[in-house]
Amino acid sequence: MGKRVGLEVSFAASEAVRLANVDVIAAYPITPQTHIVERLSEFVNNGELDAEFVPVESEHSAMSVCTGSQAVGARSFTCTSSQGLILMSEIVYCTAAMRLPVLMVLANRSISSPISIWNDHTDVMSIRDCGWIQYFAENGQDVFDHVLISFRVGEDRGVMLPVIVNMDGFSLSHVIEPMELLDQETVDKFLPPYRADVVLDPARPVTMGAIVLPTCFTETKKAQDEALKASMPTILEAWKEFGDLTGRYYHPIEEYRTEGAEVLLVTMGGIGETAMWAVDQMREKGRPVGLLKIRLWRPFPFKEFRKAASKAKILVVVDRAVSYGGPGGPVASELRSALYNEPERPQVVNFIAGLASRDVTPFDFIAMVDRAEEAFQKGTGPEYEIYGVRE
Amino acid sequence: MKKELEYKWTDFESGFVIMEPGTSRAYHTGDWRSLRPIFDHERCIKCGVCWIFCPDCAIRFDKEGYAEADLDYCKGCGICSRECLPGAITMVGEEE
Repeated sequence: MGKRVGLEVSFAASEAVRLANVDVIAAYPITPQTHIVERLSEFVNNGELDAEFVPVESEHSAMSVCTGSQAVGARSFTCTSSQGLILMSEIVYCTAAMRLPVLMVLANRSISSPISIWNDHTDVMSIRDCGWIQYFAENGQDVFDHVLISFRVGEDRGVMLPVIVNMDGFSLSHVIEPMELLDQETVDKFLPPYRADVVLDPARPVTMGAIVLPTCFTETKKAQDEALKASMPTILEAWKEFGDLTGRYYHPIEEYRTEGAEVLLVTMGGIGETAMWAVDQMREKGRPVGLLKIRLWRPFPFKEFRKAASKAKILVVVDRAVSYGGPGGPVASELRSALYNEPERPQVVNFIAGLASRDVTPFDFIAMVDRAEEAFQKGTGPEYEIYGVRE
Repeated sequence: MKKELEYKWTDFESGFVIMEPGTSRAYHTGDWRSLRPIFDHERCIKCGVCWIFCPDCAIRFDKEGYAEADLDYCKGCGICSRECLPGAITMVGEEE
């Protein structure tokens, strides 16, 4: 079994990438992702990792390099944040459509302008429909584990899709947390070498990313949609096997003190741990409040979510991105949509909070639950509210 | 090869990889053409400038070395005509 250490979460991500023995790393420095790629470049420089490190001139090139290298059969890794993701987004969509299982760790950060180097989920939500498998990590251990789990899932012959591991910038990326690392032998047992059925090879020429006419485009998109949905059993199986190996079991929707809960907080990412503390406080006072933490964002776990949410009266959904002029935060609007056809469904109350790393404290969660209960009793409330804004 | 409308969504390779090389030849982009280049052998000096500039590699040379268009792929853009030094290439309407 692995050793327990205190480690900066970014370095834990790098350590997992090293243990995964990647072949190609291409990334461009951007706060708050930089520590990951800095540490990886040290590994390569010091001979601790036998990989090609490509110091590209932009994120657009980073994603292009990774897509190309994965296409020739090399396990490829990149990481970015915010504007970097926006710049690479053109290629991000291609990588998924071409079914190339690149792994990206995304240290989530706001999008400009105004410039903010701090944390929220506006970057990843801008590419929500890119077709990658998308996880949200809650703590450093999650990040370390999900780098390894994601290589395994994405590269599965039945999946062959790229994966984004989201981790909150600063509040995860820059903190030192206690965690348990795995040794090389255990990793090798869990993660087989990357083998693709089809690679770019001059001896056996194929075309990847070709043009398709309107007569067949719809069929290619149907195939892509089905492929992402069909990755679910492999994800669940990998989590089960990883759990058996390490004792750490993960689920698409993590439930915390949901038994008999009439109100459920719903979070995604690192604020889930703060929400747990708030739930404890409310439970101590006898309030029937629980918590759902969405770990798997794509493919969205409809079955698990509906099962977990169906018994509640109110869902208090905390979004960390704004959909300007839209129906609310992206998470809340998707959850509303997922519940719409259910015969009995909880009311969804949506708060957008924690933009640019503004603290969301346990007291904020308690205040949100108070306000949601008030709205529920009145029977009306706004579609969403930007929580804590000064008026 | 199957006709386009015969493909179901389950028929494609993963990631829409095309396993057979050179299939773009099967698609005749010349069908898009509304103007056609006409080559005047009196003026053509066989310099190959049209061949260099053609964005679709649709210029070839006949047995005598004169330039001609491969009408399967010539889209009729007229770049060859614009670049031809002795003015040997005229664009005429397909309808004419």
